Amino acid sequence: MHDRPDGPEVTPVPTVLAEDGVLLREGLVGVLERFGFPVVAAVGDGDALIEAVDEHRPGLVVTDIRMPPDFTDEGLRAAVELRRRNADLAVVALSQYVELSYASDLLDSGQGHGVGYLLKQRVGDVREFASVLRRVVEGATFVDPEVVRQLLRRRSDPLERLTPREHEVLALMAEGHSNGAIARRLTVSDAAVGKHVGNILAKLDLPPDEDVHRRVQAVLAYLRGN
Amino acid sequence: MDEVVASGVLPARCREGGGGPTPDPVAGRIPRDDPASYRGDMTTGTVRQRTPGASADLLRAMARPGFLVSRWSLRAIAYTATTVVIGLITMMVATPLYMPWTAVAIALLEPPIGTVGDPSQLVLVLLVGLILIVCFGPLLSLPLAAVERRRLRLVSPRPAESGHRVPPPGLWGWIRVRYTEAATWREVVYLFLLLPLTFLIIVVMGTLVSFTLVLLMGPFLVEDVPGAQISLGPLAATTTEEALPLTLLSPVTLLAAVYLCGVTSYGHGSLARALLVGPPKEELRAELTEVTHSRARLVDAFEYERRRIERDLHDGAQQRLVALNMDLGMARLDVDENSEADRRLAAAQRKADELITELRELVRGIHPRVLTDRGLPAALAELADHSPVPVTVQADLPRRPPSHVEGTAYFVVAEALTNVYKHTEANAATVHAFLAPGAHGDTLVVEVTDYGPGGADPVRGSGLTGMRDRVAVMGGTMDLSSPQGGPTRIRVELPCTIDRTDPR
Repeated sequence: MHDRPDGPEVTPVPTVLAEDGVLLREGLVGVLERFGFPVVAAVGDGDALIEAVDEHRPGLVVTDIRMPPDFTDEGLRAAVELRRRNADLAVVALSQYVELSYASDLLDSGQGHGVGYLLKQRVGDVREFASVLRRVVEGATFVDPEVVRQLLRRRSDPLERLTPREHEVLALMAEGHSNGAIARRLTVSDAAVGKHVGNILAKLDLPPDEDVHRRVQAVLAYLRGN
Repeated sequence: MDEVVASGVLPARCREGGGGPTPDPVAGRIPRDDPASYRGDMTTGTVRQRTPGASADLLRAMARPGFLVSRWSLRAIAYTATTVVIGLITMMVATPLYMPWTAVAIALLEPPIGTVGDPSQLVLVLLVGLILIVCFGPLLSLPLAAVERRRLRLVSPRPAESGHRVPPPGLWGWIRVRYTEAATWREVVYLFLLLPLTFLIIVVMGTLVSFTLVLLMGPFLVEDVPGAQISLGPLAATTTEEALPLTLLSPVTLLAAVYLCGVTSYGHGSLARALLVGPPKEELRAELTEVTHSRARLVDAFEYERRRIERDLHDGAQQRLVALNMDLGMARLDVDENSEADRRLAAAQRKADELITELRELVRGIHPRVLTDRGLPAALAELADHSPVPVTVQADLPRRPPSHVEGTAYFVVAEALTNVYKHTEANAATVHAFLAPGAHGDTLVVEVTDYGPGGADPVRGSGLTGMRDRVAVMGGTMDLSSPQGGPTRIRVELPCTIDRTDPR
């Protein structure tokens, strides 16, 4: 047996789940409960999601982007609306495919704190999925590596100015890692990562304003493709 | 439109067929429900419209007792008379065309008279004859046909338009179109049929007319010339007394001549209509409109199917695979890490993951979800992201064009970018999409430019043809400019005004 991931050190986070596929919804409920995200409501469309959040005041919302009735971006719109009402609500949106404009819509809300955008197929790696949820609840921003990969392929001027190493660092930043975590992944020193981050922020012309979460701004700069 | 025609034609037919004074309600309903009889009626309807007896009016007029005093008899006489004139002129002008053939025919039928006896010479003459016809036949038959179509109105008042196409400007274009048209060669056939026809008319009519004249003048003829004799088969007259009763026969031969004029005019008119006249222009236009519409409907249907398949794959197969992958992930939590079971589960998860990715790429190729959900600019940006060649997209659309226009524009850009990657060494491309307002509504303009070596051939390459077809279905235009040295630019204009049903 593996060590129990939902050990006593993990604080349970009441969660509202919105997913219209019954099969997937049940599976997700199983995963969430197992990792310390007790599901207080599991709904199947955007309106029901907003109602459930109003009623249960959860700490985390996990929502599918496409849901009834129109199967376009109901989940996303509901999530953006929820974030507008309460910028502290952690929201993770699951998407069937990479759509950069979805990601930027969501990340624009509440300055990008405590949001995640990931491909649905990532939930297969349940441990990683749970760790993403935990990071988002703690206020991090998570963007799916596939989205980041596509972003990095976009040849826009600020990107051209970054070195390959800075690209890597930015990709990890977009996934919500701290400087320390990035340093461990790239097997370099914390100081080196700090220098890279500083260079990235400078090259992206981000103002040295302490009030703004500059790391998130850097990710947003990518998502807007400017 | 079909329905209207069908319902207009069918009840009348049913009444005729049923024989009863009131239309049978069941019989009146059946044809619309039964596709076979519906088709049958449509076919006969079309046939009846196209090739009725060329001068049915003339035929009906001849069946009536008042034919001789009607304008139809005068028309028939005028037609026959002018046929003789035109035929004789044609005979003279076209001599070089039929002389070789006549020579060969004579040589074969009566060897002593013929000037050519050697078979190889015959073949040579025939070859020359054939070349003469191929080269000069149309030059004679074209003006002849133009005159004949005008003359046809004498006996057949319905419109008689030629079946010729409009040639492109320039002599070469004219030659290419005219010498390859079936209409031209039908006219050549008509030219050759006119010659024996004229000959026949001259012989028969000449005989009848001279009979009439001789019978009429009989008494004077025998009176003036002693010993002269009028003979008409068994009847003969040598004196005025004998010739006088025969004079009474002249109205009969005159009558026969006029009726024969009618019959030959009818036959000749039918022949002329069959060989010289194309289908009525309005009918062609209506058929073209119908074909254009059905083509557009087909494209819509395909588009609809693609979206349905995409939706089914998305909401069915893909969701199940994700759920499966998650179950496998959950199962891994319950087995020892690095155990055999864990390795197998991990391998199964990897396979499921690959399958999901593969399915997602497949779905993207069928119909991009992002196009339906987020519109053209987002879909074009995604295309650019997937292109191996760096692509800059500039798409500024203040409002969304109709979905079929979006779909076509997306298809064109996808094809163009594939071409850029496959067939050029371009290392950069741009996509520019914008709405150009016009008098008849917006036009979506999409330009794809690559900075490759240029020199793309617009004729070769099924990709370009496919693009052109897709654009044409939407009533749009496509221009390709690809000078040597580049850049290559494809510009597509799609009108956003076509009002069509929009299956989503």
